[in-house]
Amino acid sequence: MSAAIELEGVSARYGGAPCLCDITLRLEEGGLAALLGPNGAGKSTLLRVITGRHPPASGAVRLFGGDVARLNAAERAALVALAPQELTVPLPFTVEEVVAVGRTARRPRWGAPDPASRRAMEEAMRAMDVWDLRERPFEELSGGERQRAVIAMALAQEPRLLLLDEPTSHLDLSHRLEIFERIERMNAERGLTVLLTSHDINLAAEYCRRLFLLHRGRLVAEGAPGETLREPLLREVYRCDLRVRREDDGALNVRPIRRR
Amino acid sequence: MSRCRGWRWAAAALAPAGLALCLGVGPAGFDWPDRATEIGRAIWRLRVERVSAGFIVGAALSTAGVLMQALLRNPLADPYVLGVSGGAALGAAAAIVLGFAGALALPAAAFAGGALTLLLVYAIAAPRGRAPSVYTLLLSGVIVSAMCGALLMLMISMAHSAGLRGITWWMLGNLQVASASLLRAAAGVAAFGFAVAYILAPEWNALALGEEVAHHVGVRARAAGMIGLGIATLTASAAVALAGLIGFVGLVVPHGMRALVGADHRRLLPASALAGGLLLALCDALARSVRAPAEWPVGIVTALLGGPFFLYLLRRRRGWET
Repeated sequence: MSAAIELEGVSARYGGAPCLCDITLRLEEGGLAALLGPNGAGKSTLLRVITGRHPPASGAVRLFGGDVARLNAAERAALVALAPQELTVPLPFTVEEVVAVGRTARRPRWGAPDPASRRAMEEAMRAMDVWDLRERPFEELSGGERQRAVIAMALAQEPRLLLLDEPTSHLDLSHRLEIFERIERMNAERGLTVLLTSHDINLAAEYCRRLFLLHRGRLVAEGAPGETLREPLLREVYRCDLRVRREDDGALNVRPIRRR
Repeated sequence: MSRCRGWRWAAAALAPAGLALCLGVGPAGFDWPDRATEIGRAIWRLRVERVSAGFIVGAALSTAGVLMQALLRNPLADPYVLGVSGGAALGAAAAIVLGFAGALALPAAAFAGGALTLLLVYAIAAPRGRAPSVYTLLLSGVIVSAMCGALLMLMISMAHSAGLRGITWWMLGNLQVASASLLRAAAGVAAFGFAVAYILAPEWNALALGEEVAHHVGVRARAAGMIGLGIATLTASAAVALAGLIGFVGLVVPHGMRALVGADHRRLLPASALAGGLLLALCDALARSVRAPAEWPVGIVTALLGGPFFLYLLRRRRGWET
């Protein structure tokens, strides 16, 4: 069985300060996993280490068996895409023009998009339900529409591994559900491997089969949601009192307890 | 995509017609010089040079403007935003004050001033070899420009009156070609800059969404960014060396063309180069014929005439708020 992501003893620094420490992690191809942890735990940096954007200080990063540092830019883009948490587009790009950027490494340099690119862009926009918005300027979209358009850009890249940085921040409940449902469908129907970061522990536990818990740059727990979300550990990591309960329907519920 | 197809044909037909119109404009109104006579041929050559200079400078400034706006992710960026104008003006003024203002020494000094300024700005913004952020680049560009401006004022205050007039005339911008070899050199540099910019159009699309996104969609973000800044400065410096400081074109033409053909640089770059070249050639034809035989500085015409037109374009189409 080949692993989509394989990290071995990865440490990284950010602006001189250590920020990831000796992380060893494996995500199988076809997996759907979430990276949890409080602000500043190193989640986003870990994603950027996986894409080769942030070279680790030590350790090995392998994507589908290949060392990420040895891949050229186009090879890397064919394997992994990252949908950033926020995207500001200062120039009047339309949604379609933003999504087309996802095809940069896969379409001919000149001329209109080739048929394969056009199909990939349409599929991505339909999967994220932004097809009807394609002519609209990106900056005029609402927060939720933007987040879907950014994910569509990453999907249009047709990667084997999709990384999502906080795909549901700024979204209301139903939009969060919708994003998770769409991600789950992409994972099930296309075998797309997905790793996402989230502050929404309950939804991540609901949709992801595997959780990784980061605390101050270290991987402190991993496994199925039931194994990872243990009360004493979460209390220490999130530095607050909380309860973990299994609901009648089997869902896990992590509830913070108010401080007196 | 279909919205640009009609425009592409219209532009392709419009450009030669516009340039031909410019060629027919002389001090005595619209006329075609008699090419059978010696004088007629000389006039014809002068006009061809002049119109070519207008087209080349306009196209170069628009190309540089498109690149700067995409790379600095700032719609207010123009070809001069990283201090190219200040540096070039300083180089030109130094040449005039020191008495080296020959046909080629002046543009060479302006070109060197512009290019050196970019290197200085980049070195200040990127300490210890790290990639500079857009904000530090813009900020150091503004600061270095201000310092160049101060030094320029100092030189003007010390210049003799003939030199003073030279500096002023140069700073107002002027498409009178000093020498045919200078025109050829500037055309070569501008064509090279445009070719590189056009080849890398997909890279500018990605970089306009930020260096992070560019990396993740498979662009060698840092290398492409440095090439882009270098090419933009090169083309802008060539334009400045040929014609002095002509504002407005490089800032506004890219915006107007985005409203017409969209933000994809594959279409935006050729459209902007063509429109910028045509705009400047037309404005120059007007500038030299309104009060012939006296000439208006062409920058005044571009701003007064082009301004309302592009305001109209921007208000009519998208791309105004952002």
